[in-house]
Amino acid sequence: MKKVYANAAEALDGLLFDGMFISSGGFGLCGIPELLLQAIKEAGTKDLTFASNNAGVDDFGIGILLQTKQVKKMISSYVGENAEFMRQYLSGELELEFNPQGTLAERMRAGGSGIPGFYTKTGVGTQVAEGKEHKEFDGETYILERGIVADLAIVKAWKADDTGNLVFRKTARNFNPPAAMSGRVCVAEVEEIVPRGSLDPDHIHLPGIYVHRLIQGEHEKRIEQRTIREA
Amino acid sequence: MWDRNQMAARAAQELEDGMYVNLGIGIPTLVANYVGDKDITLQSENGMLGMGPFPTEDEIDPDLINAGKQTITELARTSYFDSATSFGMIRGGKIAAAILGAMEVAENGDLANWMIPGKLVKGMGGAMDLVAGVGKVIVVMDHTNKHGESKVLKDCTLPLTGKGVVDRIITNLGVLDVVEGGLKIVECADGVTEEELRAATEATIVS
Repeated sequence: MKKVYANAAEALDGLLFDGMFISSGGFGLCGIPELLLQAIKEAGTKDLTFASNNAGVDDFGIGILLQTKQVKKMISSYVGENAEFMRQYLSGELELEFNPQGTLAERMRAGGSGIPGFYTKTGVGTQVAEGKEHKEFDGETYILERGIVADLAIVKAWKADDTGNLVFRKTARNFNPPAAMSGRVCVAEVEEIVPRGSLDPDHIHLPGIYVHRLIQGEHEKRIEQRTIREA
Repeated sequence: MWDRNQMAARAAQELEDGMYVNLGIGIPTLVANYVGDKDITLQSENGMLGMGPFPTEDEIDPDLINAGKQTITELARTSYFDSATSFGMIRGGKIAAAILGAMEVAENGDLANWMIPGKLVKGMGGAMDLVAGVGKVIVVMDHTNKHGESKVLKDCTLPLTGKGVVDRIITNLGVLDVVEGGLKIVECADGVTEEELRAATEATIVS
């Protein structure tokens, strides 16, 4: 079982194809798989559908794949930080499926857990509910949402051991565990790979069973809104 | 009339000791400044309970942001979790209250705060999950838009975030509750008469 690869391009070798569906972790620019996204840009894979909470900013995150027009469709909850995204969407070049944030997270978790659909009250009575099955439970109305199973999941963690057990750091965890679960194959990029046995088994956030390939790399970790208080 | 900070201070009165609360972006964020001695745990839906204040320059950490993507800090009580768990606690009714902004609110509790067709394409983020799941939904917003038109309506004109979800509306002019048949005036803001509040409200006010 060899999970550790030398770099992002090698870790993605043989996994990319035009028209594929990719789940990505991250919230805003926090905890995004920036190295894998860069490698997908360099690979030039086209017509991609991304399930990702956000679409990055113009020159970072998924935004770099929008610049090169490699993205056909986004499934996201919030895309307000990306002017190029807005331009492509309003001109009809880019498809967009808005999912409520919790619905998107649960779709990933469910899809990766063998649950093809689930009922939620999120979005009942809104545009989100249009065309979806409605069902009453105990007097309340719910809508059916589908689990997501992606061709590939790309995620970012803080540390991994060489068997793919992952540990995240602070709010950089966000969508990464559910995204990882939703992939038929998952590639993770981390800041540090440590030998097996050096992570406390009780402190693993995502077991290595969900992670198939792994790279270590340097991360820019760009900050979107630098807000400070006086010391 | 209340300013932004006075609206936030009024909203903070809604919070009770021991509550887990989610604050939206904008004026709701300011509510945290007015909780006083009450033991309130703030949830940030990107995966954190126990949100602390903004960091000092030295404390800035790119791995620690709130749902508005702002850098923040942790507290002694803080816990982190993934987005599926985060919305599990929201949808599951574990969060006592959400305080959020709005573009429009209707007398039946309908809320619109995520989209202006053909104009603004940003997305609902976690707002639809929050209003569907939390115990109490409190809207904090200006009573009228910049053209002076009421944002407290008989029916929302914009796409909805949630249907019949709002419990209480706090505006620069006062506080209203969503009740059977319309809205009930709870109080008027400083220097605002009930007549002025009624005049600025399109929704049915029941006494």
